[in-house]
Amino acid sequence: MAAHLKKRVYEEFSKVVQQLPHEEVPAKKLRLTKPSKSAALHIDLCKATNATDALQYLLNFARKPVEAESVEGVVRILLEHYYKEVDNSVRLKIASLLGLLSKTAGFSPDCIVDDVISTLNNDKSKQVLAQLLDTLLVIGTQLPENIAVTQRLIDVACKHLNSTFFGVRNKCLQLLGCLGTVDKPLTKESETGPSASATPPRDVPSLISDYFSDQDPRVRTAAIKAMLQLHERGMKLQQTVYNQACKLLSDDYEQVRSAAVQMVWPFLMAFIVPIPSSNEEIRLVDDSFGKICHMVSDGSWVVRVQAAKLLGSMQQVSPHFLEQTLDKKLMSDLRRKRTAHERAKELYTSGEFSSGRRWADDAPKEKVDTSGVNLIDSGACGAFVHGLEDEMYEVRIAAVEALCSLAQASPSFAEKCLDFLVDMFNDEIEEVRLQSIHALRQISTNITLREDQLDTVLAVLEDSSRDIREALHELLCYANVSTKECIQLALLELLKNLTKYPTDRNSVWKCLKFLGARHPTLVLPIVPELLSTHPYFDTPEPDMDDPAYIAVLVLVFNAAKSCPTMPALFSDHTFRHYAYLRDSLSHLVPQLRLPGRKQVAGTSSETSGVGAGSLESAQHFLQESLARVSTLQNLDSPGAQELLHFTIRDLQRLGELQTDLAGSADFCATYLHCQLLLMKALQEKLWNMAVPLCLKQNAMASTAAQQILEETYKLEFLYSGLESRQVATIHNVRLQAKALQLILIARTKRGVEPLLALCEKFLQEVEAFQRLFITELPHFQDSFVEKLLELMPRLVACKPLDLVKILQTTLRQSRFIHLKLPEQIHRALATIIEPTGESDNPLRFTSGLVVALDIDATLEHVQEPQTVVKVQVLYPDGQSHIIHPKPGDFRTPGPGRVRLITQVYLSHSAWTEPCQIEVRLLLAYSSSSSKLAAPKPAWNESMEGLPTSENLIEGTINLSKPVKVFIMPKPARR
Amino acid sequence: MPDIKVTPLGAGQDVGRSCILVSIGGKNIMLDCGMHMGYNDDRRFPDFSYITQNGRLTDYLDCVIISHFHLDHCGALPYMSEMVGYDGPIYMTHPTKAICPILLEDFRKITVDKKGETNFFTSQMIKDCMKKVVPLNLHQTVQVDDELEIKAYYAGHVLGAAMVQIKVGSESVVYTGDYNMTPDRHLGAAWIDKCRPDILITESTYATTIRDSKRCRERDFLKKVHESIERGGKVLIPVFALGRAQELCILLETFWERMNLKAPIYFSTGLTEKANHYYKLFITWTNQKIRKTFVQRNMFEFKHIKAFDRSYADNPGPMVVFATPGMLHAGQSLQIFKKWAGNEKNMVIMPGYCVQGTVGHKILNGQKKLEMEGRATISLRLIDGVCASVIILEVKLQVEYMSFSAHADAKGIMQLIRMAEPHNILLVHGEAKKMAFLKDKIEQEFNISCYMPANGETTTVTTNPSVPVDISLNLLKREMALGGPLPDPKRPRTMHGTLIMKDNSLRLVSPEQALKELGLSEHQLRFTCRVHLQDPHSDTDTLSRIYSHLKSVLKGYAVQHLPDSTVMVESIVLKVSSSAEEPDLKVVLLSWCFQDEELGSFLSTLLKKGLPSAL
Repeated sequence: MAAHLKKRVYEEFSKVVQQLPHEEVPAKKLRLTKPSKSAALHIDLCKATNATDALQYLLNFARKPVEAESVEGVVRILLEHYYKEVDNSVRLKIASLLGLLSKTAGFSPDCIVDDVISTLNNDKSKQVLAQLLDTLLVIGTQLPENIAVTQRLIDVACKHLNSTFFGVRNKCLQLLGCLGTVDKPLTKESETGPSASATPPRDVPSLISDYFSDQDPRVRTAAIKAMLQLHERGMKLQQTVYNQACKLLSDDYEQVRSAAVQMVWPFLMAFIVPIPSSNEEIRLVDDSFGKICHMVSDGSWVVRVQAAKLLGSMQQVSPHFLEQTLDKKLMSDLRRKRTAHERAKELYTSGEFSSGRRWADDAPKEKVDTSGVNLIDSGACGAFVHGLEDEMYEVRIAAVEALCSLAQASPSFAEKCLDFLVDMFNDEIEEVRLQSIHALRQISTNITLREDQLDTVLAVLEDSSRDIREALHELLCYANVSTKECIQLALLELLKNLTKYPTDRNSVWKCLKFLGARHPTLVLPIVPELLSTHPYFDTPEPDMDDPAYIAVLVLVFNAAKSCPTMPALFSDHTFRHYAYLRDSLSHLVPQLRLPGRKQVAGTSSETSGVGAGSLESAQHFLQESLARVSTLQNLDSPGAQELLHFTIRDLQRLGELQTDLAGSADFCATYLHCQLLLMKALQEKLWNMAVPLCLKQNAMASTAAQQILEETYKLEFLYSGLESRQVATIHNVRLQAKALQLILIARTKRGVEPLLALCEKFLQEVEAFQRLFITELPHFQDSFVEKLLELMPRLVACKPLDLVKILQTTLRQSRFIHLKLPEQIHRALATIIEPTGESDNPLRFTSGLVVALDIDATLEHVQEPQTVVKVQVLYPDGQSHIIHPKPGDFRTPGPGRVRLITQVYLSHSAWTEPCQIEVRLLLAYSSSSSKLAAPKPAWNESMEGLPTSENLIEGTINLSKPVKVFIMPKPARR
Repeated sequence: MPDIKVTPLGAGQDVGRSCILVSIGGKNIMLDCGMHMGYNDDRRFPDFSYITQNGRLTDYLDCVIISHFHLDHCGALPYMSEMVGYDGPIYMTHPTKAICPILLEDFRKITVDKKGETNFFTSQMIKDCMKKVVPLNLHQTVQVDDELEIKAYYAGHVLGAAMVQIKVGSESVVYTGDYNMTPDRHLGAAWIDKCRPDILITESTYATTIRDSKRCRERDFLKKVHESIERGGKVLIPVFALGRAQELCILLETFWERMNLKAPIYFSTGLTEKANHYYKLFITWTNQKIRKTFVQRNMFEFKHIKAFDRSYADNPGPMVVFATPGMLHAGQSLQIFKKWAGNEKNMVIMPGYCVQGTVGHKILNGQKKLEMEGRATISLRLIDGVCASVIILEVKLQVEYMSFSAHADAKGIMQLIRMAEPHNILLVHGEAKKMAFLKDKIEQEFNISCYMPANGETTTVTTNPSVPVDISLNLLKREMALGGPLPDPKRPRTMHGTLIMKDNSLRLVSPEQALKELGLSEHQLRFTCRVHLQDPHSDTDTLSRIYSHLKSVLKGYAVQHLPDSTVMVESIVLKVSSSAEEPDLKVVLLSWCFQDEELGSFLSTLLKKGLPSAL
């Protein structure tokens, strides 16, 4: 027993001993990697006893970036190990590392070409060969200019093309596709074998096209892709290649077919111009178009999606051919039949609207000539019909998109495909319905809806999905309708929608606004009916708070804007309601010229005068005021403060009046405000006072500094459209503010210790500025930053207190930097539509449980809203929660606009009274996400090893006004 | 040459009682075993006496495959297996196996209990028959025996409908059953891979029709129903209990929900509930939408659709009733039709194909007066001296035909042919005239032969099956080493080897191995040949001259001068001798074995030319 125990002890002991060096290794390595990567790698690889270990080291090594200077050394070490290594997987990894390394910016990989090629000739393992070729591909793409290397690589590729391993052949073809040239024949082909010596030298495309009939589908795919690559690089493809590609369209493998579909497409583009003398090329276009149409009924849905997408890009195909894609050539019992669409149209034009009552109206008409019917080879026939009723919704969506882009290009086609898009509104999958509604919206400028079509469109208003309904409202905003019945129908359905879903109120009103403004003449005849006026009798006055009535009024008033005879039909209360609505819903109700009513001089001159001319004058005004400010040379100059005051005021007012310039004006005003604050802070008397006396005034200066800092963040992150020059200007102001802070701290705090760290940090920031904006520095003459940079050597050396003194003088002497405005600046904006904050009924829920609050907000000019926009909930007790909405909650109804519809979960312990919480949207920023942050290292498989920059600042800016919500958490009943 | 024989017992140039016999590679297979809706006599079932006059079918059939559960494809199954007698395996998919007995039982009830027929199969027979069923999964290859294998593909049409590939060796036949190439509200589209069968047996119900997009059809249907309901009319939709009914249910259910309609929808007969249960279960067989959303809500759990009771038919107000059977030839749908036919507000929507002779077929052709057997006597007529009660039914209600039938149209059939790339096509399940059109088209477009046999007519297709041979790896490697590294797929290549046919297997091996395996000793075959040379030198000199000559000509070969005054080129021996009389005339003796024939004959011709004088 004792012996046994002893043995165990020894065992355990020995284990520990064994593990010790093992655990030390990674720790050591970490330290080593920083100074020199190559040395560490060498040590690691030497230490590795078996293949698994070596592989592990290499994997770890690959996670960290290598500086450009040491790449060369690392490559040598890797190659050295490569020659020694017997294990295939390790060699494979080394080969892949070589490829990765040659991508490093600043490293020229031509020095390793020879090594790689020589290893290529010696290696036996096929996988390794393939990887080495891949490495060569990387090197080749890095050195597109070096013709000698390219030629060598092509030769290598040709040599290995007849390998038995598909991967090697794949990579060779890839190489040829990326690097091959058409003009230069492959002279060295004859070296590859005696059998080939008989054949004349061949060019790259014909060599690649040999592999179109390779036995391996993967190689066939690679060959097609290589050919496509050649095409992308501007080589002209031969007609023979087209014929081969067409053959591949009926390949057994879907990947080959899918690639072949792409291959056919360039021909369509290449020979698009019909040449009058030879109709050969016209036929080619038709032919390839027909081929792609054919692929819409392929067996594999991947290919179908591909083909349907391509159809959308064929805008140049002749309209006659395009229209065939919508025609399936129906027949029944060998007799020609009209489609339901044709019948509907005929019925409509013959004046009879409702269908379905007539006996056998779909009865087949004339007899079809049996020999004339082609069941399969009718080319383009009905490609879209098939695509739109495909089994997979991916195909249907692709088809809808294709229809949309084709219809945008051709109005006549838009007219034709309308019926099909409208039919898609009944699709079983919501995404498809939504997509087709969007598509219809995009083409709606080209078309006018018929009554029966509108009927189908409007039926969708009852859909339970909010997205669908809103998309439809959006569509109706742009739609043209043909008759007054259509308007009536639309209004009726929209009102129905309003009663069914009261939350749609805003969207419905907006929709009616556009509907009215677009069709004033159609609205005119139905106004009495809409307003329920009567020639003889007075009708009761409708309820002004009724959303439906408001909806009707919005329609009528917007129509009346361009129809001066309409107001004559209004009754008295309508005018009163107009005045009320004009005030309360000014964005929906336009200014009307009403008879017998005086227009308010002040407001009307402003709003009605806003036209094209005023925009220019406003722009001019903006420039003038900026120029005026720019006369200020120094912050100390007398009268400067007043001038700034007035300019800021002017600019703010300008922003209110001219919405187009609001962004720029606001931006300038804020910037000038920063300057003003700075000016005030510097002119405080405190600078002349003894340190102990100035504590009180200090407060003012330090708040100013704090405020400037905040404003600069707003300037940088809230406005879009800034160029790096503006950002540099903002950073300059920020540095000034920081310098001010530093000085204030130096004056208040005793001791040097805390100051030392602060100074260090400040200097780092100045350096960072130099790094980031080196190109902008010429614009910064006499500025604070420039002066600092001049003094930099001295600053680094001197003591903190001296530094503070220098800062103080430079701050005072530095010149005011003038703002140069970029083209367009937009301020990020957010408005919370829902909750409205008007409700008096508290949201009751059991405390400790969760209640969901629906939030609906629109965001404007926010870049990447998915990452930066947050929702803040502020409880009365000061608790605040920040919630990140899901990326899926952001919808994009239009360019520059984003809609956030999300649910925020609230919870709290019990309250005795209902109380209000505040909900608002925040814009999160961090200085690392700044557009001008240092470019990320090129070689980043993962960034975990990188230290984050020290001066990373994260914060949030309020994006919207807070909305108050009444909530009442009740104690749980026991 | 081997051939494949196909004989339709039913569904040859006809619709109904699908039953097709296929003999392929010595195996006999029966595809489907259906009944005919149009007949009530013996013609109802396929004529099994074609297979054998007496005795059981088991000895003549290797297996029976049922494509889907419609009665015209499986209605005669219990009759065949239990009454005629068949004990072999019956293959069908899982959903078909589940639903088939329900339909058979229903069919039996109507025929036996209602019409009072005798000599019909019993419930027990249905049960016994179902015990012989072997279920199939999609894309699963099932070995029926060592040689015969079958594989099922998705066919759309109804839940569980399958196309089957039957394969013996490299010969194969694909039978489509009924299929649909356009997806609908509850099922996907048929799909098959490029299996290149020798014969594709396809249905051709809609051989002469190209249908409008299904979306228009759906909208039309909904509009018609909606209008009739708004008028206060009643809508009768005769359906097969399963299949179209479920699609229309889903369509109406979603429409009702969207439009917020209140009129009741009824679904007749109790078997539907059972069947709906199966629809809920076999979600994997349905379309993309249902498969994706069933976790939230199973589409087959209807909210608006309720079970029908006979008394409801007289209720006032609008309603929609789905009733079986689909062709209005009997049962509940006919009863309701009789009740509602007189009112022009009502409507009947025929959603599918109607066989000739059924009421459905008659009214679709616009017949306004129908003769019916019935208990309520309105007019009496004497027919052959028998007093039969006949009512004349006036058809006032609207008759609509919505082509919701889930068969492929002409374009769909062509699409399937393009997918499968068969060598021959055989059309069944359609009307002769329409078939003829499609046959022409197929022959014209694809340039392959197409057949359309009538019932009982046999079509024979000769095939050219490839015979697989196992090649020994060593031999293959040796050949690979000889010629370039890559086999060129475009060119055939010849190689030496020995074909061993033993125990029903074919193998190609190297000659040495063949000898070893067969225990035979090798016979050496040597050729000897004398070549006369005029050479003034001595024998040994001549030999060395020959040696150096050969050495210079045959660069890549091993040429040896052996001490026993012979020259060896590889295995070829050369000797020189001369007679005393004519010392200048040297006789060169060449000897080579059969394997070196090529080199040997080359050498002899070379030597015949004489030695170059330069040596």
